[in-house]
Amino acid sequence: MSQVLLSAKGLRLAFGGVKAADGIDLDVRHGEFLAIIGPNGAGKTTFINMTTGYLRPQAGRIEFDGKPILGLSPRAIVRRGIGRSFQLPQLFSEHTVLENAALAIAARRGIWSPFTPLLRPRWRDEAMDLLDRFGLRAVAESRADALNEGARKLADIAMAVALEPSLLLMDEPTSGVAAAEKMVIVETLVRVLRSTGVTAVFVEHDMDVVARFADRVAVWSQGRIAALGPPGEVLADPKVRREVIGIAANA
Amino acid sequence: MGTWFAENSLLLGLALLDGLANAALVFMVAVGLNLVFGVLRIVNVAHGSLFAIGAYTAASIGLFFAARGLPPWMGYVALVLAAVAIGAVLGPLIERLLLRRIYGHEDVLQLLVTFALFMILEDVQKLVWGVQPVSQDAPLRFLGTVDIPFGEDVIPFTAYQLFVLPGIALVTLLGLAWFLRRTLTGRVIVAVTTDKEAATAMGIDAARITLLTFSFGAGLAALGGALASPTLALVPGIGAQTIVLSFAVVATAGLGQIEGAALTALLIGLGRSIAVYFAPEFEVVVPYLIMVAVLLVRPQGLFGVIETRRV
Amino acid sequence: MKRESLLAALGALALVVCAWAVPWLKFVLTIALAKGIAVLGILLLLRAGQVSFGHSMFLALGAYTMAFLAPMEDEVLLLLPAAALIAAGFGLVIGLFLVRYRDIFFGMLNLAFAMVLYSLLEKLYAITKGTDGIRVAALSFAGTEPERGTQEWIVFGIALGLAILFGLLVRFYLASPMGRALAGIKTRETRLEFMGVPARRVLLFAYVLSALMGGVGGALVAMTTRHVTPQIAYWTASGELVFIAILGGAGSALGPFLGATAFELVRVYAAAAVADAWQMILGGVLLVVILFAPGGVWGLLSRRWRA
Repeated sequence: MSQVLLSAKGLRLAFGGVKAADGIDLDVRHGEFLAIIGPNGAGKTTFINMTTGYLRPQAGRIEFDGKPILGLSPRAIVRRGIGRSFQLPQLFSEHTVLENAALAIAARRGIWSPFTPLLRPRWRDEAMDLLDRFGLRAVAESRADALNEGARKLADIAMAVALEPSLLLMDEPTSGVAAAEKMVIVETLVRVLRSTGVTAVFVEHDMDVVARFADRVAVWSQGRIAALGPPGEVLADPKVRREVIGIAANA
Repeated sequence: MGTWFAENSLLLGLALLDGLANAALVFMVAVGLNLVFGVLRIVNVAHGSLFAIGAYTAASIGLFFAARGLPPWMGYVALVLAAVAIGAVLGPLIERLLLRRIYGHEDVLQLLVTFALFMILEDVQKLVWGVQPVSQDAPLRFLGTVDIPFGEDVIPFTAYQLFVLPGIALVTLLGLAWFLRRTLTGRVIVAVTTDKEAATAMGIDAARITLLTFSFGAGLAALGGALASPTLALVPGIGAQTIVLSFAVVATAGLGQIEGAALTALLIGLGRSIAVYFAPEFEVVVPYLIMVAVLLVRPQGLFGVIETRRV
Repeated sequence: MKRESLLAALGALALVVCAWAVPWLKFVLTIALAKGIAVLGILLLLRAGQVSFGHSMFLALGAYTMAFLAPMEDEVLLLLPAAALIAAGFGLVIGLFLVRYRDIFFGMLNLAFAMVLYSLLEKLYAITKGTDGIRVAALSFAGTEPERGTQEWIVFGIALGLAILFGLLVRFYLASPMGRALAGIKTRETRLEFMGVPARRVLLFAYVLSALMGGVGGALVAMTTRHVTPQIAYWTASGELVFIAILGGAGSALGPFLGATAFELVRVYAAAAVADAWQMILGGVLLVVILFAPGGVWGLLSRRWRA
C-alpha cells in the first residue's frame, strides 16, 4: 500500500563475537512513525549508525528512496535527506542555542559565505521560528551547555529537523529526561514532526510513549527483529512482553 | 646500479651501522613518549628536553668522575646515574606540580602547557651548561672499535655504537613487553591505558600509576640522552630535534604501538643516516618525508588501529 | 562590540603618536603589527581548538619571497601580494594533508614542516646563503623610491593599514557561518559531519587564510628589517607567535595586536639582558596565563568592563 522510503535487507555486523546486526530486514514506509524497542545491546543504535553511514555493515544492503546508500559517507547521506539525532545530544556547547539552530539552517542553505554574519536577520528569524516550534525560544540566547537535558534533547532534534530531512532517525529522544518532562517533550516532537510530514524512526525504552505515538513497532533482540507490527498487537504479544519489555523495564 | 653499489658500499655500510645506532636512541625516546601518552593521554612536548637534560647530566657526571681520577668504566655508571636521577627527580616534579593540574582539560590547553614547559627546559639547559658544545666520550673510547669487513673494505666502528646502543634498545623493548604483559604493575598500567574509569572503579590507584608511568617515561628519555651523550657534542637545540623526530616515529608507527615504534625507529634511523652520507642537506627532511608518505596512505600509522568515536 | 571598535581606533592612534614621538619605536611597532597579523592566523586555528607549533614557516615564506624577488621586481605593491599568495599556496598544499589531523598531531606536524623548512633554508647555502641570510634589495612604493625616513613611515603605514584590514576581515569571518562552523570543530566535529558540513574543508579555509596572513606578516618583517635569516622559521619563532596569541587572548581580533605590542616592547628592553633565559621567561609567563588568566590580556580587559 504505502510507499517504502527506507529498505534494509540482510544487514550483518559483528564486533568481535558480538552480533550487533544478524540479518536485519526492515522497510520503513513513507510518513510513518516507527518505534524501535528492545533491550540494551540488541543493536538498535547500530542500526541507526549503519543507516547514517557511521558504521558499515559486513553484509546486506540499504536503499533510500529506491537508491542504494551503503558506502556513502555520513555527509553524503545527510545530503540525500536522512537526518539523525543523538542519544547524547551533540550540540556546539560553546555556541548559543540560537547559533546552534542557525548553523543547522546554514548547513542546509550552504555555509560557504565567509563575510556575512551567521545571524543575519533572515536566518535569525528562521532560527527563532524553529526554536519557537520546539518551545525553545526562551533559552535561545543561552549557551548550549547551560541547558537542562530535556531542552538539550529538543535542541538536538531541532538541529536535525532544520536540515529538512525526509527521514529522521532519533536515538532515544527521551532518555535521561525527567519523567515529568517526558510526555511534554514527546508531544512537542510529535506535533512538530507531523506538521513537517517527515518520516520518523525512533529508538525508545518507554512503552507508554511507544504505545501513544508509534504507528508501528519493531522489536530488536540480539541483532534480529523479533516482532514487527502495530503497537497494540506487538506490545500485547506475551513473548514480547516477557522477553523484551520485561528486560527493557528493568534496564 | 650494480656499479653504484660497488662504489658506494663503504658509505652504505657506514650508513647502515650509523642508522642502527641512531634508531636505538630514537626508539628509547619514542617508546617513553608512547607509554606516557597511553596513560596520561598527553603527548608531552617537553619529552625531548628530558632527552637533552639526560645527555647533559650524564656528560657532567662523567666529566666529574674523570676529574676525580675514577676508572673509565665508571663512565657507564654516570650514564645510568643520570637517567635514574632525571626519572626520579624531574619526572615526579613535572607530573605533580604541572601536569596534574591539567588532566581532563581541553586538549589545546594541555598541549600549550607542555609546550611552555618545553620552552622553559630548553633554556634551563643553556643556563646550566652554557651554549658551548659539551662532550664526554670516555664510554665510547673505553670499548674501542671493531673492524667490520664490507666487501674489500674494512670499516672500523665503535663497539659502543655497534653493540651497546642496539643492545640496550633491544633489552628495553623486550623488557618493556615482558613488564607490561607479565607483571602485575605492567597489567595495571595497561588497564589504566585501556579504560581509566573502569580501572579506578576496580580500586586501582590511578594517580600513583600516572606518576609512576610519567617518571618511568622521563627516565627512558633521559637514558636515551645519556646513551647518546658519548656520541654527540651537546649543543642547545637537541631537545627540539629529538621531540620532533621521536614524534615522527610515534606518529608513523601509530600511537600506543611499542614493537611498531621499534621497527619504525629503525626505518627512520636508517633513512636519516643514508641521507647523512648521500645528501646531507636533506638529513632533517628524510624522517618527515617518510612520516608524511606513511600518513598519507595510512592516517592511523603503520601499526595503528582506527579508534571509533562514540556517538 | 562598539567598545572594541573604539579601542581599536584608540590603539591605532596611540601607535601613530608613539611612532612619531619616539622615532626608534617606529621599527619596534612595525614589527609588532606584522607579527600581530601573523598571530591573527594562530587565533583562527585556536578557535577550532587547534594550535600550530610551526606557524613561523609562513612568516619565513613571506619574508624569503620578498628577499628573493626584490632584486627582480622592486615594487612593493606587487611584492606584498606575491608573498601572501606564495604563503597561502603553500598553506593550501600542506593544509590538504594537515586538516586530517587534530590536537597533538596537528600541532606537531606543523612543527615538523617548519623544521624541514628551517633546515632547508639553513643548509641549501647556494640558494639561501644559509645562516648569513639575504639582504632585501631596495624597494619602490607605487613607483617612487622615497628616502629612508619616509620609507619607514610608509612601511609602518602599510603595516597599520593591513592590520586593520585583516583585523576586520577576521572579525567578520568569525561571525559568519563558516567562522561559527570553525568554532564548532572544537566542540562537536561529528555534528558538523552529520549536518552535511565537511569539517576538513572548513578547517582548510581557515588554515589557508592563516597561512596568507603569516606570509603578509613575514613580508612586512622583511621590509622592516631588510635582512632575512633562517632564524625566522625556527621553532622558537613559532613558539613566540603562540605565546603572543595566548598572551593577547583568543577572544577578540584585537588580542593579537595587544599581545604583539606588549611582547615586542618588553623584548626590546629585556631580551638582550636575559638572552639565555628568554624562552624560559616566555614559557613561565605562558604557564601563568594559561593556568590563572585563560582569557589573556583581552580577557582581563573585557572582564573589567563587564564588572
